[in-house]
Amino acid sequence: MIYQPNPIRQLFIEQPQNILSVYFTAGYPSLQDTVSTIETLQAAGVNLIEIGIPFSDPIADGETIQQSSQQALQNGMNLTLLFEQLANIRQTVHIPLILMGYMNPILQFGVEKFCKKCFETGINGLIIPDLPMAEYLQTYKSLFAQYQLENIFLITPQTEDERIRLIDTNTQGFIYMVSSASVTGAKQGISNSQLTYFQRIKAMNLQNPLLIGFGIGNASTFQTACHYANGAIIGSAFIKAVGAKEGKLEEKIKNFITSIKAL
Amino acid sequence: MNYTVNEQGYYGQFGGAYIPEMLYPNIKELQQSYLTLINEPTFQAEFQDLLTNYVGRPTPLYYAKRLSATYHCHIFLKREDLCHTGAHKINNTIGQILVAQRLGKKKIIAETGAGQHGVATATVCALMGMECMVYMGKHDMERQKPNVERMKILGATVVPATSGSQTLKDATNEAMRHWINNPTDTHYIIGSVVGPHPYPDMVARFQAVISAEIRKQLKAQINRELPDYVVACVGGGSNAAGAFYHFLDEPTVQLVAVEAGGKGVQSGLSAATTALGRMGILHGSKTILMQTEDGQVIEPYSISAGLDYPGIGPIHAHLYDTQRAVFVNVTDDEAMQAGFSLSKTEGIIPAIETAHAFAALDQLEFKKSDVVVVNLSGRGDKDLETYIRYKNQQL
Ligand SMILES: Cc1ncc(COP(=O)(O)O)c(C=O)c1O
Repeated sequence: MIYQPNPIRQLFIEQPQNILSVYFTAGYPSLQDTVSTIETLQAAGVNLIEIGIPFSDPIADGETIQQSSQQALQNGMNLTLLFEQLANIRQTVHIPLILMGYMNPILQFGVEKFCKKCFETGINGLIIPDLPMAEYLQTYKSLFAQYQLENIFLITPQTEDERIRLIDTNTQGFIYMVSSASVTGAKQGISNSQLTYFQRIKAMNLQNPLLIGFGIGNASTFQTACHYANGAIIGSAFIKAVGAKEGKLEEKIKNFITSIKAL
Repeated sequence: MNYTVNEQGYYGQFGGAYIPEMLYPNIKELQQSYLTLINEPTFQAEFQDLLTNYVGRPTPLYYAKRLSATYHCHIFLKREDLCHTGAHKINNTIGQILVAQRLGKKKIIAETGAGQHGVATATVCALMGMECMVYMGKHDMERQKPNVERMKILGATVVPATSGSQTLKDATNEAMRHWINNPTDTHYIIGSVVGPHPYPDMVARFQAVISAEIRKQLKAQINRELPDYVVACVGGGSNAAGAFYHFLDEPTVQLVAVEAGGKGVQSGLSAATTALGRMGILHGSKTILMQTEDGQVIEPYSISAGLDYPGIGPIHAHLYDTQRAVFVNVTDDEAMQAGFSLSKTEGIIPAIETAHAFAALDQLEFKKSDVVVVNLSGRGDKDLETYIRYKNQQL
């Protein structure tokens, strides 16, 4: 394997500001939407994509992503199929791709086999919310590194400075800054206490780029997040938009991304 | 072999704390403080006082003559059904509310299946003047109505969990999400030996009073501390962990864990975790889990809401893996028959969860001299509707 600079790191070097990252659930709204969703997101100017692996019991997720996961599973999505769908993705898509999902489906697939598949597919990073840092460092770090997968950690308003520094040391892609003490879900607006938290983290001058996620869902919250971090991640609001009954998938995606970039 | 938890929170290969970062500060706080807290003399004094004067401990160890005659051995019943609120669950909620107070928490959340843990949590919250919110699967709210009403009378808010099979697993998901959303002022009182470390160990320690008493009571009654068998039902496994705890390192004591077979292990409607599951991660710990090939959790089924869970506590996964305990399962029908039978032979209507433990006696072969302790984890008042419906269906 030839070592290449990781595309996630490369992205932040090339564009340190206004990064728009979008999360969607693979296999939602329809089983075969995965590839076209990714391609349309890239065409609409999204910088980074998080492909969600659906799980039956997503404890860090609010109703929107619970429902999209449930629907995706009913549609028949699983990891084997996801890797099949993504087999040729690098022929059309050049922006960094991240897989995001809970630990159990990965464990059952086989962690090494999963990493190998990710590498072969051209996946650049992983977000596994229920894989704790200690477990990662002890058991999985070298494996992820072998397959050139950046492991992205989360921080929250409750994360102590010392731990943030530790996470900063052990992350190489970016830090996923959870905007409030909350499960995922599109809320309205950003509060003053959230701004204080954003300010506090910004002032820490971490070595990793920061993306703010959870509760970012329109042009105004996206702008605010970009003011304090290198960009933001939109999940539930996007899922809601593509889940709407009316309209073609491509149109819904384009319109949504246009609305986010409107300001 | 070591059957208790190690410093990393593992029982052999099972356990750990697979939690999202949002819960890290809360879990870390518990991990760092629980042993110190519960070993403090003032904590122990208050805990013991409440167990004695509020819960009604020690609960009797009752020699069941007629049942013994049926099985040709010596059967003792550990009467957790006589605890205040009607089940062992309150041993744990008393302990955890004292922990929550010492951590400065103001609000309590819990999940419940049969409603016994919900009632036990609502009870200690009333006792301590703390706000209480209990998540309960919508389906379970229907089949355990009396307990829903009890929780409300005790001042708790009962929130229906409407996702998945609308049972215990889904209530646990909802409680965890609530905790993520309210991390600073809230303590989550988990009701069984499940969840991320240190919950399984903390709950087992609070329930260990069951086996501590059994040893003393056997000594006093028959002048031997060790039974030949200890039999208990397993949902998450807290009553079993408590009944096994002080016998774990006594290899002559055969530990029997009884799981809910539902309509039969091969029927697709079952909660017999060890028979149907394999290693996986759910609710923060690595354990044995009923799941599809792709790692999606399978919706379990049991007539008893308290056993209707797709996993078991990591301590039990380890006891199964090392064969320290034998795991058997009984069907809905066998459990119901055992419940009716215990009612008639001993004048005790057991909870349907508990009835599973009694049904398992049919699968064991006893010698005449064998001393068998069955943990009578709860009483059947909450299940009257199910008993009546079942009886009417048989006619
Ligand atoms: C009477 C009784 N026994 C057993 C259980 C199962 O729980 P555990 O396996 O944690 O003892 C319950 C749960 O609700 C219960 O109410």
